[in-house]
Amino acid sequence: MLLEGKNIGFRYDKGPWILQDTNIAIESGEVVGIMGPSGCGKTTLGRILAGYEKPYEGSVTLNGAPLPQKGYNPVQLVFQHPEKAVNGRWHMANTLNEGWEPHDDILASLGIEKAWLKRWPNELSGGELQRFCVARALGTKTQFLIADEMTTMLDAITQAQIWHVVLDVAKKQNIGVLVVSHEKNLIKRLCHRVVDLEAMK
Amino acid sequence: MSLASPIKKEQESFHIPKQQKTQRVMKLAEAPKQIKPILEVQDLAVSFSQYTEGLRQKELEVITNLNLSIHPGEVLAVVGSSGSGKSLLAHAILGILPSNATVTGSISYKGENLTSKEQAALRGQEIALVPQSVNYLDPLMKVGKQVRTAVKQGDAIKAQREVFARYQLQPQVENLFPFQLSGGMARRVLVSTAVVSGAELIIADEPTPGLDAEVVKEALNCFRELADKGVAIMLITHDIETALSIADRIAVFYAGTTVEVAPAKDFTGKGEALRHPYTKALWRALPQNDFLPIPGFQPLPNALPTGCLFEPRCQQAAPQCAMVQPKTRMVRNGMVRCNHAT
Repeated sequence: MLLEGKNIGFRYDKGPWILQDTNIAIESGEVVGIMGPSGCGKTTLGRILAGYEKPYEGSVTLNGAPLPQKGYNPVQLVFQHPEKAVNGRWHMANTLNEGWEPHDDILASLGIEKAWLKRWPNELSGGELQRFCVARALGTKTQFLIADEMTTMLDAITQAQIWHVVLDVAKKQNIGVLVVSHEKNLIKRLCHRVVDLEAMK
Repeated sequence: MSLASPIKKEQESFHIPKQQKTQRVMKLAEAPKQIKPILEVQDLAVSFSQYTEGLRQKELEVITNLNLSIHPGEVLAVVGSSGSGKSLLAHAILGILPSNATVTGSISYKGENLTSKEQAALRGQEIALVPQSVNYLDPLMKVGKQVRTAVKQGDAIKAQREVFARYQLQPQVENLFPFQLSGGMARRVLVSTAVVSGAELIIADEPTPGLDAEVVKEALNCFRELADKGVAIMLITHDIETALSIADRIAVFYAGTTVEVAPAKDFTGKGEALRHPYTKALWRALPQNDFLPIPGFQPLPNALPTGCLFEPRCQQAAPQCAMVQPKTRMVRNGMVRCNHAT
């Protein structure tokens, strides 16, 4: 399995280019880090690779074919702010089972309590919500996971907890992981290789 | 750096009368010769009354038994995960909690008990806040003007332009409205406001996320510089690394209370010098250390354990730990709230 972005260029309307001629390829089972100063297009690239945004130029392919337009997206994206990525009018159970039904052992390893399933999102903290977002994204049909500053707002213990589970599941299901972060130490710890987005421009 | 020196002058001229005032207060109180804390928080508790069903209300304690002190010329970092009560502490000191909040315990500033009237008089004058959210800027005022309103003495326009140059904000930025700024720029504007205010105590609530490494360094160095000139800085953050780069002491928050206050130099190696098991776990969970998580999560305010707040996750927990909350103790020149600390 190969997720590939070829010659990607992106800008809003006639604004300045955010990305130009950017090439990136991630293989299954690989953990790749993206670094670069804020505003250099890390998040935009992540959104394009997951199909949230159409590139202005270039293409994104999964095993040579374009990303599927319907059904479960094999490229899952986890955002920095979990409170903006869940429906405030849904019980957590519905949010959790949106794409698939995570097994109890994943819930247990992420430290998700059964009692939380009946709660509303505003009754949980950011760290607790992010556990749900991660569980939701780790479905059996997930082939690639893009973690966009996934643990930036969390304390070190929660960060380590979540990443251990993600790396474990990624290994078992042969998922390719793209880590977007500005924390050098975290990238050094997690990734097989690092892409410097600024250097590519 | 040539721009830094005029700012220094400005602040020096601003500080001299205040320091004299401090000394006078100390004489009146017949203080011991060592430096007295500028701010002292004792047994602070903050609770919110919430409606549960119909008109039924319940009290939700979010901060309990919190003790903290900060001295002039010191950077005290307050570190803890989200929901541990860090921001509420800042708001309690400034007296800007919402009306359904009840505060008990004592907060004293320069040895005198802070009442809400004094809080209102001091905030923005002697105590400045660098708020967490950029939404705290006035959306209808140009940012240059907003920063100038904080200058109490001297040439406001000059002070504002110098501080902007220092934080790499272009001269035309002063004529922009907050919605025209990027997140990083807005944050630099907020830091500028506190820097020019000449306050004696600056409370910075997560001042650095969303900034480039370079700007973070510049902002932190500026706080350090202010501290070296006698300003007390309370730096609230969830990032130990940020805290360690400039702090003298680190206060670790967990579930609404301080579990440990340790000198920054104790955060080294495998954390042997640290006192509380939570601090040790936090230190060892950093990616550059062991990246080792511990199971469980911080308890929610409505389900706090009766004993030690960390007991459900603690490996050293003994039956006595689950009974009552341990008292604070001084161990090796640091404060800790644990029965096992040595």
